[in-house]
Amino acid sequence: MKGKVIGISGPTVTVDLRGLKLYDRVAIGEGGLLGEVVRLERERTLVQVYEDTRGLALGESVSSLGKPLALRLGPGLLGTIFDGLQRPLEGLREAQGPFLLSGSGKAPPLSLESCAFTPLKKPGEEVMAGEAVGWVQEGPFRHFILAPVAGTIERIADGECSPEAPVAHLTDGSVVELYQEWPVREPRPFRRKLAPREPLITGQRCIDFLFPLARGGTSIFPGGFGTGKTILEQSIAKFAAADIVIYVGCGERGNEMAEMLEEFASLKDPWTDEPLMARTVTVANTSNMPVAAREASIYTAVTMGEYFRDMGYHVLLLADSLSRWAEALREISSSLEEMPGEEGYPTYLASRLAAFMARSGTVETLGGATGSLTMILSVSPPGGDFTEPVTQACLRTTGSFLMLDTALAHRRHFPAIHWFQSFSLYQDVVHRFEEEVSSEWAALRRECRDILKREEELREVAEIVGLSGMQDEDRLAMTVAERIRLDFLCQNAYTEDAFSPPEETLARIGEILAFYRKTLERLGSGEILDDILGG
Amino acid sequence: MRLAEHAYRTISAVRGPLLFLEGVLEARMGEMVSIRFPDGSRREGEVLRLEEQTVLIQVFGESRGLGLVDTEVVFTDTVKQAPLTLELLGRVFDGSFRPLDGLTAPIPERWQGVSGAPINPAARARPEEFIETGFSSIDGLNTLVKGQKLPIFSSAGLPSREMVAAILRNARMGEHSPESAGGFVVVFVALGLTHHEYSFYMETLEQVRTPSVAFINLASDPVLERLLAPRFGLTVAEYLAFEQGRDVLVVATDMTNYCDALREVSTAREELPGRRGYPGYMYSDLASLYERAGRLKGRPGSVTLLPVVTMPEEDITHPIPDLTGYITEGQLVLSRDLHQREIFPPVDILPSLSRLMQRGIGEGRTVSDHREVANGLYRHYARGRDLRSLEAIVGREGMVAQDQRMLDFASAFEEQFVHQGEERRSIAETLDRGRRLIQTLEGEKT
Repeated sequence: MKGKVIGISGPTVTVDLRGLKLYDRVAIGEGGLLGEVVRLERERTLVQVYEDTRGLALGESVSSLGKPLALRLGPGLLGTIFDGLQRPLEGLREAQGPFLLSGSGKAPPLSLESCAFTPLKKPGEEVMAGEAVGWVQEGPFRHFILAPVAGTIERIADGECSPEAPVAHLTDGSVVELYQEWPVREPRPFRRKLAPREPLITGQRCIDFLFPLARGGTSIFPGGFGTGKTILEQSIAKFAAADIVIYVGCGERGNEMAEMLEEFASLKDPWTDEPLMARTVTVANTSNMPVAAREASIYTAVTMGEYFRDMGYHVLLLADSLSRWAEALREISSSLEEMPGEEGYPTYLASRLAAFMARSGTVETLGGATGSLTMILSVSPPGGDFTEPVTQACLRTTGSFLMLDTALAHRRHFPAIHWFQSFSLYQDVVHRFEEEVSSEWAALRRECRDILKREEELREVAEIVGLSGMQDEDRLAMTVAERIRLDFLCQNAYTEDAFSPPEETLARIGEILAFYRKTLERLGSGEILDDILGG
Repeated sequence: MRLAEHAYRTISAVRGPLLFLEGVLEARMGEMVSIRFPDGSRREGEVLRLEEQTVLIQVFGESRGLGLVDTEVVFTDTVKQAPLTLELLGRVFDGSFRPLDGLTAPIPERWQGVSGAPINPAARARPEEFIETGFSSIDGLNTLVKGQKLPIFSSAGLPSREMVAAILRNARMGEHSPESAGGFVVVFVALGLTHHEYSFYMETLEQVRTPSVAFINLASDPVLERLLAPRFGLTVAEYLAFEQGRDVLVVATDMTNYCDALREVSTAREELPGRRGYPGYMYSDLASLYERAGRLKGRPGSVTLLPVVTMPEEDITHPIPDLTGYITEGQLVLSRDLHQREIFPPVDILPSLSRLMQRGIGEGRTVSDHREVANGLYRHYARGRDLRSLEAIVGREGMVAQDQRMLDFASAFEEQFVHQGEERRSIAETLDRGRRLIQTLEGEKT
């Protein structure tokens, strides 16, 4: 099918091509710019273009690529950096230099090399749809190759195999390939969803202890600029107990991306001691790259996440930041001249967000394994105002809310998670910590919160009369609360302290609270606080 | 490439700086057009939107005198480009790249589109080399590194102008930073200047010894040139950095005028207004400028960006400073309180931040104990500032001796470290001062 360009407005191009379907991919102009059908009318079709439309002329040719935006999934994903449309950025750099040029969609997403295939099935055996027929070693991982359909194996490869040839043939004539394509906007199927009960250890004391995350859960952390969203995301990406980490830099800074890539290349996964990059897939669509691709980038990432989840892995998806995605949505919506909702965002913002977040979860895969996809999403509320639409829409669906506070950040209290405003709905996880780490976990947690609360109540009094004018018990609570804040909740992302396993977290808070109880006892027996602290 | 030049006289509407042209057969997005006014004068314009045979054109320069009849629009088949050559160094241009220094236009080596292509994130090198601005509050506590973008958040009436002038005069590469072969150069972009400011900066530029290129847009100049000037500046900066291997510092003042121009044009285009009337794409638009700062792997040269933003109503949550802060790698916030106490530069250390500082300081970059000195100063000063609010309630006499010492430290820090007037301080001098302040405080304790 061929047609031509009849109108251009920012990233939206009107073409006279007919017979297209919604979300079909389209190649536009001499440069072959990639776009996606977003609106169909009788005489014309509106296409959202993923690249800069500058230089595009009226009358340039348009052709349909037939199918919606899809990813190529298979060996080679891990350790690679893609843009929002799964173009390999290293490959593009080698091909066209340090700048991204428009119409460069031709680089293959995965480098096709031959690889060693180990079969799990023998000829004559039955295979279910979504079940692994074998695996390819990729760094420290077994990259399982899943059958797209059910059937009986007729032939199966063993050993070195070419990426183009199928690894298995089924008796009904269908084949299992090393690579598969999957449309990004379509959630991958699974057997059933399980309740998120297992903890996701992040290595951040404040999160693990006070606001724990669950595997398969969702968490958002909104914060104004300078509150350390990116540093926190990157720390979690480094230290979280996940098999696979997908990191999306969605509309954020290029230099931070460079910094992260360099660090990840040199660091090791604290849980397996393998290079960090070996478990990470990066999707980078920085703020100056085209907005339409930014809109697609989080779907690209979540589809990759689901793909690894379906192999039975625990996947962690980190997105920085969801607000930039929402802004891309707003920009596209306004170029389509849609009726705006709150603050100019389209009215479907909340439902799109909810649908995206619903792709997280712990599942029983089609093949019968258990895998999970956890989402940790940062939000950048304008002016640090949490009443804005994106934060509010997220709050309705998220399981955990970590509020980053500007006042804490100014005091250089990092991570700047506000311990009263934040919450986690994954209370079951606390019991798992009790079972696995220590039976004291929940009790210490309550005690810690009580002291922080006591400090808050006493703060005003202390500001007026000064610490010296207060009763010893209250002064003790204030002193201990300060220790909790400085020695426990604060965690320096640039030192060894950046990662704190649960045992260490518990030991640290246990020690502070033991001191509190002992001192309280001594006060009870008539001693004076200054003597105890001084001695 | 079209062979025949094609011209149209079919203007259907003129709205502010925009004009609508009917019956156009061939046009490109972003294509430059030449508009011949009824009085014979010519202006340039750019294609903004194409809809069937209607073309929306944005006119650069004054649109007064434009008529529906007798005006001719000629399509040129090229996008907006900047002439590039090393001859640009030492020159001053206006927002349309016309010489303001009375000399003839330089002969370009080649032309380059001004909108720039995004740097591939995988091709970026990490910024980590120190640039010495000569100000203790920046070098010591909010260190600027090559490839960073660090804005100054100012307010009406604060001396951001004097600060910019001092940085233009004093900035140079850090002693340990390997200087790119081409050396250090400055690109100065001034937007919406009053005449008073204009003469101030022209005088400053004469004193600047670093090779420089300036783009000056006056308050009375056309609004659209305000959107163009930073793009010219950055295109020239990229050329000098990544092709000629220079370390380029781009100083742009005042980006608030840029944002207001963006709002004005957006309104004329009847786009949906966002917060405070600024267009919804302002974040992406600002990012398309600021993200041009950076370094590239395997190439010498760098673009460092130091924009000045005047916060309307001194409100840091106003969309302009807010969106800027989300894009840039930190911010330097000026304080009215410090200015009233005649402290120059009046940089308020507490809300200021340089995100890329960690890698740019210490052994081999600045001085080995830089981090400890900076952390110590910040911690003590923050404590002292906290105590000031207590002092306001209970009075100085009601405070314990240790707290009184912290109060003294905060004042001494502001007067001796932040304040420096006309003097230029090297990083060694800056840190010496810092160490002395900390020693005095800790010495008193024991």
